[in-house]
Amino acid sequence: MAATLGETRTAQAAPPKKLKIKPVDAIPLWLRTLAAIVGVYFILPTFIVIPMGFGGATTTFKFPPEEFSVKLFENFFTNPAWIGSLGKSALVGVLAALVASTFGTAAAVGLHFLPGRLPTLVRTLLMIPLVTPSIILAVSIYVSFLQWHLTGSLPGYVVAHAAIGLPYVLVSVTAALSSFDSTLLRASASLGASPWRSFVTVTAPLISKGIGTGALFAFVTSFDEVVIALYLRSPMFQTLPVQMYNSVTVEIDSTIAASSSLMVIIVSLILFIPQFARAKKTS
Amino acid sequence: MTQLSLPRRAPNLSWLLLVPAVALMAGVVYVPLIQSAVRSFGDPPSLQEYADLFSDGITMTVFWRTLGSAVVVTLVTLVLGYPYAYMMTRASARVRGLLMTVVLVPFWTSAMARNFAWLILLERNGPVDRIFQFFGIHDVVFYQTTTGVTIAMTQVMLPFMVLPLYSALAGIDRKLLLAAQGLGSTPVKAFWKVFWPLSKVGVMSGLVLVFTLSMGFYITPALLGSPQNSMIAQLISQRATQLLDFAAAGALGTFVLIVTLVLVGMANSQGGSISAISVVVNTDSPKGNG
Repeated sequence: MAATLGETRTAQAAPPKKLKIKPVDAIPLWLRTLAAIVGVYFILPTFIVIPMGFGGATTTFKFPPEEFSVKLFENFFTNPAWIGSLGKSALVGVLAALVASTFGTAAAVGLHFLPGRLPTLVRTLLMIPLVTPSIILAVSIYVSFLQWHLTGSLPGYVVAHAAIGLPYVLVSVTAALSSFDSTLLRASASLGASPWRSFVTVTAPLISKGIGTGALFAFVTSFDEVVIALYLRSPMFQTLPVQMYNSVTVEIDSTIAASSSLMVIIVSLILFIPQFARAKKTS
Repeated sequence: MTQLSLPRRAPNLSWLLLVPAVALMAGVVYVPLIQSAVRSFGDPPSLQEYADLFSDGITMTVFWRTLGSAVVVTLVTLVLGYPYAYMMTRASARVRGLLMTVVLVPFWTSAMARNFAWLILLERNGPVDRIFQFFGIHDVVFYQTTTGVTIAMTQVMLPFMVLPLYSALAGIDRKLLLAAQGLGSTPVKAFWKVFWPLSKVGVMSGLVLVFTLSMGFYITPALLGSPQNSMIAQLISQRATQLLDFAAAGALGTFVLIVTLVLVGMANSQGGSISAISVVVNTDSPKGNG
């Protein structure tokens, strides 16, 4: 997918240059303006959030903040409710990403080598969490997990978040496999490697980028997930997004401003990992 | 029976690789959803809960409001996203990289942080309100209204429109447009007769993605809206947690899920596809193709 996209893009890049001399085909001003406005719309909330964290500890939020202080960050890192929920979110996220990327990679590899229409159906079924509104999932999970005594527990959070992260792993590993040459496996088998050994030494390194991207998406999906977490929460076990939700709806706690800034920074750093990795490789 | 009719060969072990993923999905998604659907028919089984949806006077009002706002969000994302995606195909590599990075920003802005930001942006005398006042518009209220909820939803849904559109538009040969104009067509006519039909797959994919996701918004209307203009997701939540009426919540959830899936199916037959979401996951960094 990504590869073909890149190709069409580079193929597109050549002709407009030649056409540029024709004023008929110039990019109209209204198009540039509209694109700029939409661009601002995309980034507006993100840019609001970061300075808000440095505002004072007031009960009303105003942008731009009226004073500059690190009071809210201090609150965040000293209050066990906040820092504790950050730890729980990180723990759930890492475990969920591990489960999702293991199970998701296995499924993607399996589906890649299976012929027929049944695998297509299985693939569609595995994508269901992406199209199901999260509230419907959350309420169903909540009622079923109540019977199974999984609410408010680490295993409950991990399996729920692993399931919603799995489609991302499936998609990114499938994309990586599409450019994978399966004759390599026949070669390694003819050299005496077992299927497992072939996977570890041949397939895995070639699709590792896909697995990594999928795992990062799965982590971020879990780390940021609110709706299911709202239903699974217990007084003992609460993730950071739930704590943030409560700080707006239940008790007004301005620490949410610092927490939002941190969330944005953490998630951006995580999602930029693949880009840094690639930049390093090419340079 | 089947054993006899199949030629003998070694069983394909690849099926085993699917077991963990399917088992996980069964435990978290399939079984809970099925249990919830079964519960909605009550004991003894009846269609009472479903009949109530149509007759209780609240559910349908909220349903049509949700559908309406999902339609508005979908159309606005198309109107704003199409020119943006088109601009991406036209811009120089550097500008395109910038435009692509900007599209991805709403993705990596945490959902709670983003909603919190909109809360500040849209509040009375907040930045958006002040901009409108500057232009002499005083009577638009954003906070706790459907307008505000729609503005915030559109922002986060736009990437789901722009990315499938971009991948479709980037594949269209622009020389066709010049050819049409060379044959005497006006630029506008050339666009509608040549470019637009070729972009339809991307358009349908964007529409179906944005619409299905918009039907299920919970956090944004809960934080930015008011109880008077709640959305269907809030109604489901309210029935489950405040009224502890799991059968009613199940019926409403099943109803919304079926409506959504039918619409996705219809869009699929028109060439749009929910699998366009893979474009979103697999969009690489804008670097490297300049």
